[in-house]
Amino acid sequence: MTASTIRVVEKILSTNDRLAQLNKTELSRLGVLGINLMASPGAGKTSFILETIKRLSGKYKIGVIEGDTAPVTIDADKISAVGMPAVQINTGGDCHLDASMVSDGLNQLPIADLDLVIVENVGNLICPAAWDLGMHLNLLVASVPEGDDKPYKYPNIYRGLQVLIINKIDLTPYVQFDMDYFRKGVELLNPGLVTFPVSCRTGEGFPSWIDWITKNISKS
Amino acid sequence: MHELSVTESILEVASTHANKANAKKVTRINLVIGRLSSIVDDSVQFYWEMVSEGTICAGSILNFSRPPAVLHCNDCSFDYEIEQLLIPCPQCGSYKTTIKSGEEFFIDSIEVEKDTESLL
Repeated sequence: MTASTIRVVEKILSTNDRLAQLNKTELSRLGVLGINLMASPGAGKTSFILETIKRLSGKYKIGVIEGDTAPVTIDADKISAVGMPAVQINTGGDCHLDASMVSDGLNQLPIADLDLVIVENVGNLICPAAWDLGMHLNLLVASVPEGDDKPYKYPNIYRGLQVLIINKIDLTPYVQFDMDYFRKGVELLNPGLVTFPVSCRTGEGFPSWIDWITKNISKS
Repeated sequence: MHELSVTESILEVASTHANKANAKKVTRINLVIGRLSSIVDDSVQFYWEMVSEGTICAGSILNFSRPPAVLHCNDCSFDYEIEQLLIPCPQCGSYKTTIKSGEEFFIDSIEVEKDTESLL
């Protein structure tokens, strides 16, 4: 036996990254915009998706992939109820979606007929940040009651974003949330990040978000 | 936490490279995982024994190099390490920074044993 060292220098999640690239290539080929929507549990992911669908449905066809750690179809049922195709993916207890799960989900959706695919990731601010899903936009739904220190505590998820939604701004008078401190933390991690403060309950802030996403859908 | 899937990915990458080199056995895997990553070394080590059992990597040692999380201030050019919480530049207070290190997440090299004749 002889001992030797082999130089590798390969990313640990390189297989996932390759699959993610395939997802992106397929969506781009079909002219479909893909969004990886992340948030902590209870930030309002499903409400945000429903409100977005409501405002875009006259113009665009939207598919949703719902990631959950347990085999519950509560979220997918809500999307199906508004007449858009939805697929439920059960991660079997895993804390995040990966590119192969999303690829399975895309295969179950009529993607050729769609303009936009929203992937609702598992509610978690740590793990989803490490797995590229191959979507065009990584979007985080933060929310006011979670507290203004989240960018400082969960830097990785803020680093990889192209869009930030700050939800539940209607609750600002009732909770301690220093918007300036929060946004400075975001600036530290992701300078110039496109940000939309909104309320799913009152609809405040949605027109600007809808304008922005409409432009991005028509570009794809 | 996602240490189990990370551990499985380490096994996959290491085994592929070992097989390509016609190695008999992997003895050590040198990982570079920056401090900004939320991976816990001990958990990966814990899963490693289970995941690698019966594979070319069985019994191998995981060696972690953990580069510090260093930010560079874009205003005053000061480099500073962050330990726990993210902070603005301690020298000038600026929030305009670039991450200099801490985001590494790769396998640098593997150490293997080969049959002597396979080298011929």
